[in-house]
Amino acid sequence: MKRFIAATLLVLSVVTISAQDIRVLDYRQLKPYLEKKNDTTYVVNFWATWCLPCVKEMPYFQKIHDQYAGSGVKVLLVSLDFVNHIESRLKSFIQKHQLTPEVLVLNDPDANSWISQVHPAWSGALPATLVYNRHSVDFYEKSFTYEELEQIVKQKLENK
Amino acid sequence: MKKIMLLPFLALLFSIPAIAQGYKVGDRAMDFKLKNVDGKYVSMSDYDSAKGFIVIFTCNHCPFSVAYEDRIIEIDLKYKELGYPVIAINPNDPVQVPADSFDEMIKRAADKGFTFPYLMDEGQKVYPVYGATRTPHVYLLNKESDGLKVAYIGAIDDNHQDVKAVKSRYLEDAVNALMKGEKPAVDFTKAVGCSIKKAAN
Repeated sequence: MKRFIAATLLVLSVVTISAQDIRVLDYRQLKPYLEKKNDTTYVVNFWATWCLPCVKEMPYFQKIHDQYAGSGVKVLLVSLDFVNHIESRLKSFIQKHQLTPEVLVLNDPDANSWISQVHPAWSGALPATLVYNRHSVDFYEKSFTYEELEQIVKQKLENK
Repeated sequence: MKKIMLLPFLALLFSIPAIAQGYKVGDRAMDFKLKNVDGKYVSMSDYDSAKGFIVIFTCNHCPFSVAYEDRIIEIDLKYKELGYPVIAINPNDPVQVPADSFDEMIKRAADKGFTFPYLMDEGQKVYPVYGATRTPHVYLLNKESDGLKVAYIGAIDDNHQDVKAVKSRYLEDAVNALMKGEKPAVDFTKAVGCSIKKAAN
């Protein structure tokens, strides 16, 4: 019995520690990430590991992160993976693809209350991407090629 | 000459967004004739006694669709007797998503014991007219004197993850309103879902 308790505690502590790596937010907590007013251009991608087109374009977001971080671009990956899949799927995906942009999990089931707040044009389909700076917000409910994404980022940087 | 050349272009420019937007609540919905998992073709006009339809664009592979399968069966069992059967349509291109092929649809329908038709949007001609963008995406239609009218568009309820935590059953509330001869109080909602996978050009 003692062993069982010890093992349970160990498992719990491991889960607690690793869960701290990826922040799980509700929409109220996510909102500040979508409306920062500073010199940075933000590329916020809504995605999930089970979303095929999201997975396909993930290397492009990584590449933007790698190539444009020095130009004042910050990539934020907002995962809509189910919370009980963070350990089993999301973390292994991040490791496997060596993703280095910040990853957050948005866990707020009443999506009808917040989808239009992210952007009125968003129907809720994944993938979806916000590209914004303090001057303007652009929204895309679509998949990108790298060239398309880079073009959007470049245009945004010109209008800083 | 310039004007003449411009006209078709302008017409095209204005018609594209109109198509892409799809139906709004109150619009008349078109019927379809699509192949069911049993091999037979299904149209809404086949249902003489129906008062309306719960048309749900859904598929095999999307976790949000899977999360709602049991609830869709329950809703069908509850409402088809009351005149509002479920008709499920898989809008995805099977080349893009092999898990959503017709053969896989047959398997999934058998495994889950679907109580409703599960149709393939062959050639992807139906979902763009309705304006579906994701799975699952619900269109509640009500039979009126001048045709089938869109009465509700959106989500099934407000919690895909946990059926026990559902607070608002948007779809059921809307059907219940129609049965009382009322308009749904909430006739449009949004939900997170998988984008519909279009065939490559």
